[in-house]
Amino acid sequence: MSVESLYQEIILDHYRAKHHSGLREPYDVEVHHVNPSCGDELTLRVSVVGGEVADVSYDGVGCSISQASTSVMSDLVIGGSPARALELHDGFQQMIQGKGEISLDEDTYEDAVAFEGVAKFVGRVKCAMLGWAAVRDALLQATAMEGKS
Amino acid sequence: MSQSVPYDVEAVRRDFPILQRRVGSQPLTYLDSANTSQKPQVVVDTIADHLLQHNANVARAMHQLGAEATESFEGARSKVATFVGAARPEEIIFTKNASEALNLAAYTLAARLKPGDEVVVSVMEHHSNIVPWQLACQRTGATLRWFDITDDGRLDLEAARREGLVNERTKVVSLTWVSNMLGTINPVAEVAAWAHSVGAVVVVDASQGVPHLPTDVAALGADLVAFTGHKMVGPTGIGVLWGRYDLLAALPPFLGGGEMIEVVKMTGSTYAAPPHRFEAGTPPIAEAVGLGAAVDYLTGIGMDRIAAHEHELTAYALTRLADVPGVQILGPTKAVDRGGAISFTLGDIHPHDVMQLLDAAGVAVRGGHHCARPLHERLGIQSSIRASSYLYTTTDEIDGLADALDHTHAFFTGRLASRPARDEVKLGQGGS
Repeated sequence: MSVESLYQEIILDHYRAKHHSGLREPYDVEVHHVNPSCGDELTLRVSVVGGEVADVSYDGVGCSISQASTSVMSDLVIGGSPARALELHDGFQQMIQGKGEISLDEDTYEDAVAFEGVAKFVGRVKCAMLGWAAVRDALLQATAMEGKS
Repeated sequence: MSQSVPYDVEAVRRDFPILQRRVGSQPLTYLDSANTSQKPQVVVDTIADHLLQHNANVARAMHQLGAEATESFEGARSKVATFVGAARPEEIIFTKNASEALNLAAYTLAARLKPGDEVVVSVMEHHSNIVPWQLACQRTGATLRWFDITDDGRLDLEAARREGLVNERTKVVSLTWVSNMLGTINPVAEVAAWAHSVGAVVVVDASQGVPHLPTDVAALGADLVAFTGHKMVGPTGIGVLWGRYDLLAALPPFLGGGEMIEVVKMTGSTYAAPPHRFEAGTPPIAEAVGLGAAVDYLTGIGMDRIAAHEHELTAYALTRLADVPGVQILGPTKAVDRGGAISFTLGDIHPHDVMQLLDAAGVAVRGGHHCARPLHERLGIQSSIRASSYLYTTTDEIDGLADALDHTHAFFTGRLASRPARDEVKLGQGGS
């Protein structure tokens, strides 16, 4: 359980240059999630067009794990259906809460497999989940709105 | 012990078995005592002995064990009273922690608040000394006002006097004695005198004071003082609210239940005198007994000697940390009117990441907002790293912290700055 297994190069790369970062228009839902134990905060927007996640944009303050995880999440979620995004969320959550005993399919999860090391650090699980929890919340709201309109 | 005997930190450390353990392959460097302190063997043994040999409920079990338990519990109250210079043991109310003690204060004092009244706290408070007052003000229509701080992390009394922060509308002033984040020791007696001059009640959060400094509640000038056992080598689950007896006697009950009553009738009840009025239900008995042992332990070493040791360490740590590349100390940078909690940032590396690297080196610190979010906001930062020492901390441990910070700074600045981006094409896709 070395600290190097936590700070994979892929994670530091995403932290240094976050993908899809910044808040953009147009969007359907904006959510604000916090990690009260450390104070990390994330504002995240989703835009759903024609049954597809057209954009995920975000602005936040947080540690390398939470920032990089949000970046990786945006890569995975944009361009797919909301249902697919929720599936990805569930699989990622299962892995990250699995204490290092569950691995992700690399073809499906791409850079997110780098977070398998994080699962061994129970104190950082919430950091890795911040972006995923926010996008899940936003997409559930967005699809509920779509259902009503 | 006499002042002439040098402080033997190694002997103190031998009383704390946990300090001998390792974290992974590293020896433990515990610098998170402002969060919770470690426990000496004697406190653990006293609790175990109580539970294994003297356990019974207090004040109501009329058998031998009940008498023994009651004597131990009330004996702990007397020890704590002596430790903080209370006029009598009945001025010591046992709670489960400092947060509950402050909630007790805010809830019972709220009975006197009405719209137009003002409650004053400071921007350097722990959330425990903010939220109870926000709740009290919401309930009563009173207004919450704030002491600001100066740029070097001191209470800005000058600005407060200029704007008449404490005035005839002020009913309560609630202030921390020692900041849990900045380490600042506040001029509590001076603020108390000002508050008393307008007839306000003075509440002091002494959670970071009582464990580290000789305490005399009369000299503090406060009316109510809250602190907690687990930060002063005692167990968790036991806190204290000291109050001037005549004030306590005038306050309404907090929680209702067993042991806080005088007579209960279907038409209504009358209440016990302090402190029992404020101790509904079976109290944390073993925890109180453990706190009594903690107080004996600290007294045996001498609070003045503990304070002197910590003062020396703080001065050493401030100097040592100032030399580490990237370290920016928050709050007073000299060991003057300053406790042993030192908060800082390390370049733009997030405190959680710093904490993780330090943990890998066996160094336990806290990263985050330390339950003082308004203070971080005031300082224009989101979070910080806090190293805090106690009676068992050594200068070697401070060196270990400095070295680990050096390594952490190199680890992140090196890896984040010097390498080319892995995939420029992918970066270009942002904002599709």
